[in-house]
Amino acid sequence: MTKRTIIPFGPQHPVLPEPIHLDLVLEDELVVEAIPSIGFIHRGLEKLVEKKDFIDFVYVAERICGICSFIHGLTYCIAVEEIMKIKVPERADYLRTIWSELSRMHSHLLWMGLMADSFGFESLFMHTWRMREKILDIIENTTGGRVIFASAKVGGVRRDIDSATLKSISKSLESYKNELKEITDIFIKDSSVQHRLVGVGVLKKGQAYELGAVGPTLRASGWSIDTRKLGYAAYKNIDFEPVVETSGDSYARCVVRIKELFQSIDIIRQLAGKIPDGPIEIKITGNPDGEFFARTEQPRGEVIYYAKANGTKFLQRLRVRTPTFANIPSLVKMLPGSSLADVPVLVLTIDPCISCTER
Amino acid sequence: MTEDQRLIDIKIDELLEKVIGFHAAGYRLVQIGCTKTDVLEINYSFDKDYNFVNLRIVIPSVDIEIPSVSSIYWSAFLYENEISDLYGIKIKNMAIDYKGNFYRTTVKYPFNPQNTGSSGEGIPS
Repeated sequence: MTKRTIIPFGPQHPVLPEPIHLDLVLEDELVVEAIPSIGFIHRGLEKLVEKKDFIDFVYVAERICGICSFIHGLTYCIAVEEIMKIKVPERADYLRTIWSELSRMHSHLLWMGLMADSFGFESLFMHTWRMREKILDIIENTTGGRVIFASAKVGGVRRDIDSATLKSISKSLESYKNELKEITDIFIKDSSVQHRLVGVGVLKKGQAYELGAVGPTLRASGWSIDTRKLGYAAYKNIDFEPVVETSGDSYARCVVRIKELFQSIDIIRQLAGKIPDGPIEIKITGNPDGEFFARTEQPRGEVIYYAKANGTKFLQRLRVRTPTFANIPSLVKMLPGSSLADVPVLVLTIDPCISCTER
Repeated sequence: MTEDQRLIDIKIDELLEKVIGFHAAGYRLVQIGCTKTDVLEINYSFDKDYNFVNLRIVIPSVDIEIPSVSSIYWSAFLYENEISDLYGIKIKNMAIDYKGNFYRTTVKYPFNPQNTGSSGEGIPS
């Protein structure tokens, strides 16, 4: 009988910027079971909603994550606006969508860099993050911030982007595409990358759905499910289809994110061409009273903000279900059958954001 | 309105039957979350083809044990352990039971209505 060994993976590990722990049960080098453990840095930010004015809480929501910060703030705003039956100006919806897609791009590029680093392709890591800097520069030029840029507010947005800047962004992203393709081609075509990703950590189509996977993890297993298709913000006016791959392995999850980069550029181009003139915010009066589940698509997948209010300036409850939390069961099921050496790569393929998870 | 959302109030003893029904109908489990008002509400959210539906049970007291749905949706064990650790609600037959060690909070059951007053602070464990 093969000897079983339990290897603790994390909470501190070179591929983990944030703490998550897995107890890996091994038979020789093969993983046969994985038991996750989180909660090392649980911050209880949901509880803070009882003490922060609902208008001000958007600053807290943006700090739930240091990568998909803007979409956290946006989703919180949507939850409150739906309860208060506020219709934000159309221009604000477009601006929200532009910043959402820029956030998706810099998040995916960050992930690609981390991924390249995890399989030892240092130069690819550096080139990917060099490309990410250009997206952060656009965000900085339009908001003054780079990652947490405080541009969403209940009732609209805090800043506008003038039409000349929008045209310039759209044009620069078109030329950016060529440079991006040079790097993404390495992820897609290089044999050493394929060797580490193809056939590794397969999540079958039925499994992905059954386990409640979201985002690129779900779409890489053949599901055309993307919360942006709900049509929140300006997505209802944009022509796009979810990026879907069918093999369900680490390579497919990588390819989905790469294709979504190019899709984001196309969405921004469409938005820049259609954005209407007009105000960017409306004045908010009164307090929210009611409840709503706001759903949006973060780079890692669907996020849920459940808000319940009782007519005071403090929300009664804010519950945030982050995409990484939803993807942990899939990770646990894709690990058995893989070798110990593949575990770091596999953990990264769900693009774990523990900061979000430990909200 | 970004989407229509259905909310169905059910009794605790109807929970498993209803969840089995959603599973059989091909819905995915989106989330389970608890809310403290005068009572404790637990929302079970499901989605199919962007059709978002919630089941809600009301728990008058944390002493009342509720059944786990993790035998139907395995991924539910994460949500259930979270609720158990933050609110102190007893959930029986979870697929993986961390026995109060899922979240390492400095106070035990920080969202428990018996622990939280206006200060919002829990009882040290």
